[in-house]
Amino acid sequence: MKPHDLPPDAAPIAFTLDGQPQEARPGETLLQVAQRVGVVLPHLCHQERLGSPGNCRACVVEIQGERVLAPSCCRAPQPGMVVHTASDRATSARRTVLELLLADAPDTSMRKHDSELAHWAGVAGARAGRFPGRPAAGQDLSHPAMAVNLDACIQCTRCVRACRDVQGNDVLGLAFRGGHAQIVFDQADPMGQSTCVACGECVQACPTGAIAPANGAFAQPATEQVDSVCPFCGVGCQLRYHVSEGRIQHVEGIAGPANDSRLCVKGRFGFDYAHSPERLTRPLIRRADAPKDPLAVQHRDWRELFREASWDEALDAAAAGLRRARDAYPGQGRASPVAGFGSAKGTNEEAYLFQKLIRSAFATHNVDHCTRLCHASSVAALMEGLGSAVVSNPLRDVAHADFVLLIGANPAQNHPVGASWIKNAVRQGTKLVLADPRRTELARHAWRHLGFQPGTDVALLNAMLHVIVQEGLTDPAYIAAHTRDFEAIRDHAADFSPEAMAPVCGIAPATIREVARAYAQAKAAMILWGMGVSQHTHGTDNARCLIALALVTGQIGRPGTGLHPLRGQNNVQGASDAGLIPMVLPDYQRVDDAAARQRAEALWGLPAGSLGAEPGLTVVEIMQAAQAGRVRAMLIQGENPAMSDPDAAHAREALVRLDHLVVQDIFLTETAALADVVLPATAWPEKTGSVTNTDRCVQLGRRAVPAPGEARADAWITEQLARRLGLPWVYGVAPDGSASTDATQGIGAVYEEMRALMPSIRGLSWARLWREGAVTYPVADETDPGHAVVFTDGFPTPDGRARLVPVALRPPAEQPDAEYPLVLITGRQLEHWHTGSMTRRSVTLDALEPGPVLSLHPATAARRGLVAGAQACVRSRRGEVCLPVRVDEGMPANTAFIPFAYAEAAANLLTNPALDPLGKIAELKYCAVAVRPAGPD
Amino acid sequence: MDPIARRTIPLRAEPAPRRPRATPKGRQVTPQARDRVQALCADLPERRDLLIEHLHRLNDAEGVLRHGHLAALAERLRLSQVEVFEVASFYHHFTVVDDEAELPATVVRVCTSLSCTMAGGESLLADLQGQLVGQARVEAAPCMGLCHAAPAASVGQRQVPQASAESVRGLLARGETGPRPLPAPVPRDMAQLRRLLSGELSADAVLAELKASALRGLGGAGFPAWRKWETVRAQPGPRHLVVNIDEGEVGTFKDWAVLTDPQAGALQMLEGALIAAQVVGADRVWLYLRDEYHDARQHLAQALGMARETLATLQQTFPHFQAPAIELRRGAGAYICGEESALIESIEGKRGLPRLKPPIVALHGVFDQPTLAHNLESLWWVPVVLARGGAWLAAQGRRGRSGLRRFSVSGRVRRPGVYLAPAGITLNELVHEHAGGLPEGHSLYAYLPGGASGGILPASLADVPLDFDTLAEHGCFVGSMAVVVLSQHDRARDAALNLMRFFEHESCGQCTPCRAGTARAVQLLQAPVWDAPLLGELSQVMRDASICGLGQAAPNPVDSVLRFFPHEVTEGGAA
Repeated sequence: MKPHDLPPDAAPIAFTLDGQPQEARPGETLLQVAQRVGVVLPHLCHQERLGSPGNCRACVVEIQGERVLAPSCCRAPQPGMVVHTASDRATSARRTVLELLLADAPDTSMRKHDSELAHWAGVAGARAGRFPGRPAAGQDLSHPAMAVNLDACIQCTRCVRACRDVQGNDVLGLAFRGGHAQIVFDQADPMGQSTCVACGECVQACPTGAIAPANGAFAQPATEQVDSVCPFCGVGCQLRYHVSEGRIQHVEGIAGPANDSRLCVKGRFGFDYAHSPERLTRPLIRRADAPKDPLAVQHRDWRELFREASWDEALDAAAAGLRRARDAYPGQGRASPVAGFGSAKGTNEEAYLFQKLIRSAFATHNVDHCTRLCHASSVAALMEGLGSAVVSNPLRDVAHADFVLLIGANPAQNHPVGASWIKNAVRQGTKLVLADPRRTELARHAWRHLGFQPGTDVALLNAMLHVIVQEGLTDPAYIAAHTRDFEAIRDHAADFSPEAMAPVCGIAPATIREVARAYAQAKAAMILWGMGVSQHTHGTDNARCLIALALVTGQIGRPGTGLHPLRGQNNVQGASDAGLIPMVLPDYQRVDDAAARQRAEALWGLPAGSLGAEPGLTVVEIMQAAQAGRVRAMLIQGENPAMSDPDAAHAREALVRLDHLVVQDIFLTETAALADVVLPATAWPEKTGSVTNTDRCVQLGRRAVPAPGEARADAWITEQLARRLGLPWVYGVAPDGSASTDATQGIGAVYEEMRALMPSIRGLSWARLWREGAVTYPVADETDPGHAVVFTDGFPTPDGRARLVPVALRPPAEQPDAEYPLVLITGRQLEHWHTGSMTRRSVTLDALEPGPVLSLHPATAARRGLVAGAQACVRSRRGEVCLPVRVDEGMPANTAFIPFAYAEAAANLLTNPALDPLGKIAELKYCAVAVRPAGPD
Repeated sequence: MDPIARRTIPLRAEPAPRRPRATPKGRQVTPQARDRVQALCADLPERRDLLIEHLHRLNDAEGVLRHGHLAALAERLRLSQVEVFEVASFYHHFTVVDDEAELPATVVRVCTSLSCTMAGGESLLADLQGQLVGQARVEAAPCMGLCHAAPAASVGQRQVPQASAESVRGLLARGETGPRPLPAPVPRDMAQLRRLLSGELSADAVLAELKASALRGLGGAGFPAWRKWETVRAQPGPRHLVVNIDEGEVGTFKDWAVLTDPQAGALQMLEGALIAAQVVGADRVWLYLRDEYHDARQHLAQALGMARETLATLQQTFPHFQAPAIELRRGAGAYICGEESALIESIEGKRGLPRLKPPIVALHGVFDQPTLAHNLESLWWVPVVLARGGAWLAAQGRRGRSGLRRFSVSGRVRRPGVYLAPAGITLNELVHEHAGGLPEGHSLYAYLPGGASGGILPASLADVPLDFDTLAEHGCFVGSMAVVVLSQHDRARDAALNLMRFFEHESCGQCTPCRAGTARAVQLLQAPVWDAPLLGELSQVMRDASICGLGQAAPNPVDSVLRFFPHEVTEGGAA
């Protein structure tokens, strides 16, 4: 029991510590009291976040009247207890324990400069060499990220608890027994061949460096520590960069609200992309003799395509091309010849400036970003139903949920720290239902795995609604108070009995009923979803069903309930908030709202009426317009549509057709290979700015290392382009990515201007963000602590009620047939981020997943004449890629999975660009393919 | 198989392959392994607390545990592979091997604990290791409870008293590797349980008799039985009763004798257990039997069948009687599981790591619920106490001590065996009144009053009363009353080293003082002249800072040697 679990008025416990009267707070251990009052006690197995097994015995103390000494980390004071920490018996026991451990592990300081064993040995006066040593145990160097040196291991089990109790990965254990007791991975397998997912929580937990970064980074102290936020997924983990000589040596998780010191393999070991020799370090202008070839975009040496230029020349060229298009094709609004793709990987300030630039300089809303390919359909459904697209509850609210429905998401791979909270909740008794055609890692932890047929989400969810309505499991009071159109959905659901839907979705009626009842009857039930729901032509319908489930059961508006579409990119929430969307201005002010347009025009110094009332083109629409010659020039900041867009061959052709393409990026991406001007930008650890995670938590990323060569901050580039496009911007953004607390210039000034347009963060000033580091909006004023749970009393719709929208069954746009008999699902994998531009240039991540794979069920593979590791070719109506087979029993039959991070077998060459009518998201999770062994046809 | 070789992580010599993995991470479950595990475990519920029972199924069928099967078992029980492996690798009776490894299915174990070593166990081991290559895996084993028939061995599940290379080879050749047959238990009407159920005897009256009898726990600690019952009874349900039949203290074999007595053995113990369960309100009874007693397991299973029939009739006679569920659990070769909290961990299907105290198991036992844990002999006495009255038992004893004690006597005596004797009897009395004195040519040099943990006393202290608490001033205790007699042909230091090796082998490895302390002690005790100050420091930290009794008591024999036999380990005296 922890102190905060106890009533605040519980009486303190009076006892005596080393002759002094002390009062312990209820739940406090002897060690905690000792630490609080300044009594130093060595301790190794105990760590605040990991609990106290009491096995090292380095903290033992003498309790009067007890036969043996007691571990102070595990004992709570009792009234009247008399405790001696400094008696001869206690001090000599602690010293001898440390001497025994020193005999086992004499050289831990070599592995970890701040070895806790060496530290405590010094404190206790323990001497090495008094006892004979143990036999050498050897090393395990099989893993690219971590080295295991068992000779430094003291069997404290902190790594085991980190792996199991914290991260829920259950890979590490203490096997064998007695003096042979040994840390093992799986069945004493080499770490590199085990199920280890390399979250590195064990590295962070180990007190002696027995498990340490493989690069030896723990051997020397770093000269600088900078706290920041992880650049990968939307969980938004806070981390600390340990920096020496301008390079990140290692990364440590710190106590952010979303991660409480946890990280995953990308955040902890994937930082070295920033130091890749492939970084762009000088502006590039396309060589006249280098035609744009859509068929040759991957892994190009920039010298083949470009020449170096000065910043002035490159910026002039970039701006001139955009101006030429603007002047030659005088369309405005949707008809503008210019469009921009911003990035969900930059800061809020960068996203804000980018949309402001496109809207101000080209009088168009043709500005979008990869949210279109992520949660556009979820956003559409949530805006329609609830009047807001934000998550209702933070991810960590799963700890307060009795029931969690996780559908169309694979957080163990894509939001690993988020998955750890789910696994923790399951261990505490939460029922997890995993609805996913694939049996992914979390299935082992799930109460039920619903492996439904791909693309039949609506059938499954409508059947659940049917059960809830038919069996009277709705919450009539909630429905009456907070919703409208219930009758429509009630009547509609009548046609979707589990018996009728079972043949469609492949889930037994009894299971559907059981799960529906458990959801409705839970005290608090939460729904989490990912791209498996959204990336369909019926993605909006899928999300509507989930919204309806929450509303009719009243499972929203309280802790542990609600709707949480798991955001993908680290700043997809913030980029959307900042207005990087063609339908809305910052803070989701609709462009057809005249007052909102006027506010923006006034603040931005634009003539009244410059901003149009019609939404701009979306990502796929922009590509189609480019293909059709209506969009002539584009500015792309840190996005890679040549890899990420559906039917990528067509997207690449569209990019080639542009008269002028300017790309800002840190690498020569497949998109940049088609550019006229490439501007080298800063990587995440090279700049300061705010970022907003999936929980709506705004955090501050801080510059930790200098950018290489002449690479410059994206926000600086945007400001420079703006000036060259005739906009009188005077933020004075620093070219090197730095920023200060000064809110009158630079990034601080950008933030404050943005805040003026965003009521949701009204109470979060630049100064406060620096001070607090993480605040969850809505935040009304400086004293408002922020709100993790929203919709607690109604919804931000005109009548305050949420709308229930019945949906019909619609099949995916492209069904398997005789020629293309398999369903292809695309997605991500743990080690690689999105299109791989960053992670494939991380030495560690690349070593862990070095190439593309086609996942198939072994039986499906066998029917196609394929075995594990065999080379296969996958063809759709749009393209073909060839890659080796990974057999995976978690795959459903007749279904293929390809991660889209690999340029050499780009999954999006196959995918279907058919769009969801409302969300304009493409059906990246479903298309028909044929699979055959590679080789002559 | 060399245990060290098995435990060393192989290095990958070649650099990381550039080709992506052809499967998801880690070892994959093959359909063949899945089918095999399913076939062997089909009737076992898929509960994680039954992990060790599942492992026994695989081990009994294959003679080993294979990595592939463990992966399939993990999948079946929805555990991770390491959760299965760390349990499998904890228990000595499981050997984990590669899927393709070809090993003889039968294991021959030869006892190398004290009494058996004194009777030639080590040379028997060496002989068999030489003779049985390719026919059986020959392993040294700690005490198997056949000290009165030393040297002891086992061939598969066949216990072999007075083992010789010939007898072991003969059993192997004849394929006699199953449990020894024992006489069946004689049916018992459970009269005392009937009295309790009929209301003739109240629960309070049972407790009163128990208190009057001064019955103490007979597993080694000697805690007053009635007090445990009252504590557990006062806790909120559900409650459990654990019967500890994991007798493993070196030199102890009395529990085997009690359990397998056809007249008044297993069924009398079960009657006592059912009475205890009824009085404290336990609805589940767990019998945890050491794996070495294969013969006793068959016997106990038979007795359990009979007891269940009796319970069925009792439930008809007394409709309000809710008979507790009784489960028999099989150890897997781990002395530490005799420690009650380690035993409870093992019942839950985990590694047998003793828990930290507080809390005590009476409050937080099986599945963290209140638990009455008793050695089987303690429960065996309950029907006797109720039949003859507590006062009768309390009146037994010599020299002011109260009660009767079962001594396991082995070593240099003419008639080793189990003897029921008055509490307070002396070593001289025990040996001469019961065990027939020392053999020809042997005179008393030293003795172990309480197995491996109880220390070593010199012949000069052969007239002190043997009972709980009477030996504290000599740094010793009687524990489970396992008496091993040494003669002038033995050395106390050899005994101490043998015992320390036992503790090193049996340490769970959880806490530093015991894990490292036993291993360092084994190294230090091999020096001709002992480093007494360093050993003293080591003893002190083990006693003061170990989690459980194993580590706390492990230095006793060492301290005894330094105190009573210094001539063996000092300059000039050391050989």
